[in-house]
Amino acid sequence: MIAVLASALADPGFPRALLACVAVGAFAPTIGAFLVQKRLSLIGDGVGHVAFAGVGLGLLVDVWPVWTALAFAVTGAVALELLRAKRRVAGDLALALFFYAGIALGVVFAAKAGDLDLETLPYLFGDPLQMSTGALAAVLVVGVIVAVGIWSLRRVLFAVVSDEGWARVEGLPVDTLGVALAGLTAAVIVAGMKVVGLLLMAAMMVLPVASAQLLARSFRKTVWLAAVIGAASAFVGALVGQLFSLSISGTIVLVAAAVFAVVSLARRSLPAAIVRSAA
Amino acid sequence: MAEPRVAVDTPLLSAEGIWAGYGREPVIEDVSIAIRPGEFVALVGPNGSGKSTLLHVLLGSMDASAGTVRLFGEAPDRFHARWRLGFVPQRPSLESEVPATVREIVSSGRLRQRGWWRRQSGADVAAIDHAIGSVGLAEVADLPLNELSVGQQQRAFIARAFASEPDLLVLDEPIAGVDRASQRRFRESLVHLQREHGAGVLLVSHELSAVADVIDRVIVLKRRVLFDGSPSELASSGVSLGIHEDDLPLWLEGLR
Repeated sequence: MIAVLASALADPGFPRALLACVAVGAFAPTIGAFLVQKRLSLIGDGVGHVAFAGVGLGLLVDVWPVWTALAFAVTGAVALELLRAKRRVAGDLALALFFYAGIALGVVFAAKAGDLDLETLPYLFGDPLQMSTGALAAVLVVGVIVAVGIWSLRRVLFAVVSDEGWARVEGLPVDTLGVALAGLTAAVIVAGMKVVGLLLMAAMMVLPVASAQLLARSFRKTVWLAAVIGAASAFVGALVGQLFSLSISGTIVLVAAAVFAVVSLARRSLPAAIVRSAA
Repeated sequence: MAEPRVAVDTPLLSAEGIWAGYGREPVIEDVSIAIRPGEFVALVGPNGSGKSTLLHVLLGSMDASAGTVRLFGEAPDRFHARWRLGFVPQRPSLESEVPATVREIVSSGRLRQRGWWRRQSGADVAAIDHAIGSVGLAEVADLPLNELSVGQQQRAFIARAFASEPDLLVLDEPIAGVDRASQRRFRESLVHLQREHGAGVLLVSHELSAVADVIDRVIVLKRRVLFDGSPSELASSGVSLGIHEDDLPLWLEGLR
């Protein structure tokens, strides 16, 4: 057993992978809490699909796909936010438009580049073991930017995402903050692209928040708890995935989903007071 | 005593000859109203009378097709001291199920005044505590909203409007479906704001019985202003606000 553990962990890429996974696990739900509060839980998915179009273009024109994905994701997320805020398009319809156009464009670009199969998979589903030190550094930098950005804007972001109509009457900068949140969301999705993958990043933004909101009794605690649950799910998922030769990104999301299932079952069967005192 | 922030004769809010609507059909026609410092005004009208439309226009979230609106003497889009305006939306509720405490909600109301980018000061905390206390929620200040009654939740949103110590408070149907204890608390806190801070209050509501004795003026709207005067004048036309709490809604429905 110990020999298996040692050999699994001896993979030279694993420490970097573990660190990247835990970082993504912590900062994705931090921003996710504000998206859930804004009832935009699915925006991560939409932005991920748009980012895939960027990946395809990067492969086609031979630019590092992270840059093109970032450009597409930021543009898409900001456009989506503006469409939603101006009520030009219903929120879910706008999302659907971005989902499908994004993924279709990505497929067309990548196929044209002749890279539709092997080259695109790490972007869609993550491949943390193959991360370079530079990529790890980029993930950590985005993590710090998100943490600092959310920390300094936390009160006004909370006010705006909780009650947009009221915030407008109060003269709070609703549109500017909406764009800032969209931009940060895009940065987070792209940062997590090679770690848990574009298609699974949205899960890491939402699942830990879903668990945390069942336990916490304030918004502040929900954000903290979501970050802790996300990081812990990533740690356990990466370790289990590596030990049993499973997809690390898939295992992480399954762990996060299992945490939610356990928490919601426990909350139903245990008296509320016990669950609360645990939080 | 601080210097009055508005000259006494300048209305906190005024509208002259407002026409507004959706599409071609106007919802309100030629409406003129004014609210002065220290005045408690109730805006009433049957469902579909244009109350919400008028409110949107007054607050600057909808453009009038004709007429002028002034908030503290300025056009709504040029009025930047927004914290001086406290607003309690109709049936406010949080957008999602993420828990948020009374204190978190009420703190939001203080952001505009101190500058949302600044740190919370001791004075901010004191104002937030005062606002929470004035609606009687001090004991549940750190509980999440979803564990409170509808009336308590409503009071939390009223405290959010109080937190900026506004000069003008606008409330859209704030006591619909609220229990009696909350209604009494609601009345006390409005009177407190009006008398202690000299604030003006514009209350859009069907249920005026809880505040009947403190209302200075009643405006009855049904597309146009049908009545604008004191409750006693309204009473002389056969409508009493205080004694028969069911009268007003019935009378208003009769106006349809």
